[in-house]
This record gives sequence, structure tokens and C-alpha cells, in this order.
Amino acid sequence: MGWESWVISTLARALAYGTPLLLGTLGEIYAERSGVLNLGIEGMMIVGAYAAFVVTYKTGQPWLGVLVAAVVGGVFSLIHAFASITLKANQVVSGLALTMLGLGLAGVLGRPWVGLPLFTPFNRITVPILSAIPIIGPGLFTRQCILAYIAMLLVPIMWYILFHTRIGITIRAVGDDPATADSVGINVARVRYLCVIVGGIFAGIAGAYLSIFYRPAWTAGMTGGIGWIVIALTIFAFWNPVYGLVGSYFFAALYFLAYRMQNLMAPSILKAMPYVFAILILILVSRGTLQKRMGAPRALTLPYTRGEE
Amino acid sequence: MQAPKWLNIERRPIPSGRTIFAVSILAIVAALIVMGIFFATYGVSPIRAYGSIIGGALGNWSGFSETLRRMIPLLLCGVGLTIAFRALFWNIGADGQLLLGAVAATGIALFSGLPGPLLLPAMFFGGFAAGALWGVIPAVLKVKLGINDVITTLMMNYIALYVVLWLIHGPWRGPSMRGYAYTDMFPLSARIPTIGQSHVHWPTLVLGIVLAIIAYIFVNRTRSGFETRVVGENPHAARFAGISTLKTVVIAMLISGGLAGIAGVGEVAGVHYQLLDPTQISMGYGFTAIIVAWLARKNPLAVIVTSFFFGVLMAGGDVIKVNLGLPYELINVFNGVIMFFLIGSEVFMNYKISIRRH
Repeated sequence: MGWESWVISTLARALAYGTPLLLGTLGEIYAERSGVLNLGIEGMMIVGAYAAFVVTYKTGQPWLGVLVAAVVGGVFSLIHAFASITLKANQVVSGLALTMLGLGLAGVLGRPWVGLPLFTPFNRITVPILSAIPIIGPGLFTRQCILAYIAMLLVPIMWYILFHTRIGITIRAVGDDPATADSVGINVARVRYLCVIVGGIFAGIAGAYLSIFYRPAWTAGMTGGIGWIVIALTIFAFWNPVYGLVGSYFFAALYFLAYRMQNLMAPSILKAMPYVFAILILILVSRGTLQKRMGAPRALTLPYTRGEE
Repeated sequence: MQAPKWLNIERRPIPSGRTIFAVSILAIVAALIVMGIFFATYGVSPIRAYGSIIGGALGNWSGFSETLRRMIPLLLCGVGLTIAFRALFWNIGADGQLLLGAVAATGIALFSGLPGPLLLPAMFFGGFAAGALWGVIPAVLKVKLGINDVITTLMMNYIALYVVLWLIHGPWRGPSMRGYAYTDMFPLSARIPTIGQSHVHWPTLVLGIVLAIIAYIFVNRTRSGFETRVVGENPHAARFAGISTLKTVVIAMLISGGLAGIAGVGEVAGVHYQLLDPTQISMGYGFTAIIVAWLARKNPLAVIVTSFFFGVLMAGGDVIKVNLGLPYELINVFNGVIMFFLIGSEVFMNYKISIRRH
């Protein structure tokens, strides 16, 4: 057992565990870029996971599960959008409430589904040609989920939209300076609603990935704090989809490497490591001025009312 | 979103106490109605469900004592959170601070070798200090490095949880516990007295009420409390007035984390008499306390009432789980619903809404 097998398994696990992190982070980047912090990721993810499991179980169609999870995640995010945009409620509290509500609802509704095996999870796919590349092939292109590659492909698309299209300029304008955006005729609330919904859709898909591929079964609380790590990764990524990809896979790799150190450390300490890493990573990237320059939306968490500053 | 043309929304300068009270009550009633619909879809008549919650939590001493037992940690954590929220510090980490307090109390109870009479006071001080330390770390990280407080306090919840798990599975696993993941039982001198056979460790309850009063005085009558409010409400004015944000936020989090730590002492020294699985020690008190503090509109005295209310809900939640076979997660649903109604209702407090006539 040489270094190759370590690299291969680290790559494979980084991609497998990094995918839900990446999906969640991509969505949260859009929500926060428009000025809305959504701490409800964990809640939207778990209702997505629940919906995807039930639909896939009933119909045998994992794709339908993903679709429904996306819709459910998007609809569920509307609660946060309505509270924080229309009612101008505190975004921190509203997001927390969304998480509580999601965990509670999925826990209650999911009760009868606990322990049922899913017979039709997503197939593990092996990409032809690419999987023959030494190390990278078996690491990244063997027995993974199609959603992992879709998430990867979405990164350049989401990046391009955000930084090189009119839509992206509009979103960032709304998140940085809503009054000015409003004065040039942009409907601030509509942009924010749409971005929060995008965040919900992505979180829902991330949940689907968990319940119909990563661990094809339903357990209450199966998102296990991934939603919170997404919030940290969004900051780590400086609200940029490309860094979001780097951060998600990097974090997932660290998580796996810590796990491989089993014989060196007690399991409880290992399980605490991701959270220690998250804080350490935030300390590393914490230069306040740097963050501002690198893209922290200036109006993040601030509700907008015309004529009020 | 611009309001529809027929609606007139004007900012109210400062809502009166009566407005706040009325709006809060309406929010609770609305949340109870929504939950009632939820009960109904579950095939349980809402009247029966609420009847068993109230009857179970208040109707007899054993139920009432469970209510008080739940109220104690909610009160302590909730009072602390009102101070943190006033300083605009989002302490989502009361759960972790509570666990650290429990860890410190356990360490002192089992391993300090202190003589009996000193044991409990040392445990309370140790629990306060440990919770405060756990709370101050994110405070310093926020003020010094600009790191988001929500994230750090949350992450530190998880770290605290695994610290407890590590202790009870590893170094602190009780030799007399036949391999189960608990510590040994505390000596009698390290146990907080309770009322009769109940879990109501009344000295902690009294301490919580006293601390709520002190916190109220702190917020309204002291310079430090005043500075906390300025930092929270107007950071620019605070800087202009030469108020140190670092000092203010650190003090707020010393109090908030410390009180959560005391709650942890109460749970291990007043209820369980040992350190055990973290989900059994806390049961989400730190999160429910956020709603407790928010419903109290950040007024420490009002927390006495709101923590009692949530004590009723938690104790009643246990009763309907057993009597009506409803899943316990319903309490999370209720927490989420009531929180949305609370923050949603604030628009009615801060804005005057009327129908516009042409």
C-alpha cells in the first residue's frame, strides 16, 4: 500500500463528500451576494433529503427525487425570503428558525421512513477514457455520482453568470448598494427573492445527493451539520464559486484524512476535527479588509426599504 | 419589495411596552393555531393535544416539577442571551457553553479532592468560568479578526459535544459503570439539593431568578450595560463615544457564556449526578433559549416568564409523546413556527400598517 492508494482514496472521498458542500455553497453564494444571509441551509437540505428519499422510494426514479428535492428546497426557502425581504425581519433569527422548522418537519414526517432500504439509489458511474488516467482516473472518475460532475460543471457557469453577465452585475449591485440599484430601476426585492430561491434549490439538491446516493436511506438529522459548514465555506470562498469549489473539496479531503488517522486519535476527537478546521480556516482568511476587497457583499443582512438608509 | 399601493407602512419611532406585549401575545396565539392545524392533520384534535400539554405540564406536581426543571437551564441561558443579543453578538453557542460548564463541574466534583462544603461553590464557579471561556473565544475572534460569530459559536457547539463524548468514552469513563459511557456518580456533597424526589434543583432556580434581576439592573442602570446597548444599537456612535467594542462584547459574552455554563452545572449536579451523553445533558436548551430571549424582547426580567412558558412546552411535549403517540420532533416544528411568527410580528411593532384610502 503506497502513497498512490492514499492519494486515490483521498481524491475519491474529497469528491464524494465535497459535492453536497459544493452544491450548498454555490447556492448560498448567490443568496449572500444579493444581500441575504440564509442560515437555513441545514433545514432546506434536510427537507430536500427527505423529499428526495420519499419520491425515489415511491417511484424508483432518482432523477425525479432530485427534481422534487430542488422544488421543495426552493419553496421552503420562500419562508426565509418572505420574512427577511418582505417583512424585513432579522436574517440571523429567520434563518435559524428555518433550520429548526426543517429539522423538525423532516423529523416528524420522516418517522415512518426510518430504516427502509432504498432499492433504486443513483448508480455509481465510471467515466470512460478519463477513468483510465493514472491516479486521477481511479480517484475522481470511478464509481462517483453524476451529480458530482454536474456540480463541478455548474461552478464555471455560476462564476461566469456572477462576474461576467448583466444578471451577475445586478445581483452584486443589489447586495452591495441596494439604494443605487433601486435608483437605476432594479427591483431589489425581486432579485433577492430569486437569489434566495436559487440557494434553496441548491440546498435541496445537496440533500437529495445525501439521501439517494451518499447514504441511500432516511435518518432524522442525516445532514449532520453540513449546512453549517456550507455557511463557513461561503465566507472562506470570498463569495466566489471557484473558491467555493476549492474550499469544498479541500475541506472534504481534510475530513477524510482526519478519519484515516483513526489509530492515532480517539474517534470523538476526529469527529470534532472538521469543526476545528472550519474555525481555523476562517482565522486564516480573516483579514477584515481583505474580505471586503475580496467580495463581502456590503449590504449583507441589511433589509432594504426605499428612502431609508 | 415595495408594498402594494393600498397598504401604508410607516416606521414607528419606538414601540410602547403595551404594543410589544400585545403583538407578542398575538404572535404566540397565531403560532399555536398553526400548530393546532398540524395536530389536526396528524389525526389528533388540537383541543385534546393542548389539553394534555397544559394538563401534563401544570396539572399535577410531577408534571409541574418537570416544567420547572426545564425552565432552569432555559432561564439561565436565556438571560445570558439577552445580554449577548443586546451587544449584537449572535451567540448560537449556548448549548456548547452549557456543556463546557457541565464538564468543569464534573471535573471538580470527581477529581478535585476538595472538602465537601467547598465542592458545590467551586463547581458553580468552575462552570461559570468554563462557559465564559467558551463564549469569549468567539467574541475575541469576532472583534479582533472580524470572524462571523454565528459560525464560530455554532462550530464550538459541535466541538463541545465531541469533547464530552471523548471524556465519557475515554479518560472519564466511570470504573463503576460497567463499561457504559458515563462518569461515576457524583459524591453526595457535590449534588444540588432538590425539592423532594423531583428534579427541581431549587438553588439553581433561585440563582437564575436572582441573576435575571441582576442582569436587568446591569442593562438598565450601569455604565457597562448602557455601553452594551450602544454597541449593539449604533456601533458608529459607540466608536465616536470612545466605547471599546472589544471590552463590551467580551463582557457580554463572559456573562452569556458564564450563565450557560452555570446551567450546565445545574444539569449534571442537580439532575443527572454524572456526566453523560451530551444530548441527554442539553436537549437543545441553548437553541430554545434563543427563542426564549427573543420572545422576552431581550429583557432579562421577561425571560423569567418566557422560560417558564417554554418549560411548559418542553414538559408538555414529553407528555403528548407518551400519551398521544406524537413524535417529539413536533417541539422543533413548534419552535420554528413560533420563531417565524415572532420575527414576522416585529413588522407590526416597528411599522404602523394601515389601509390607504384614495
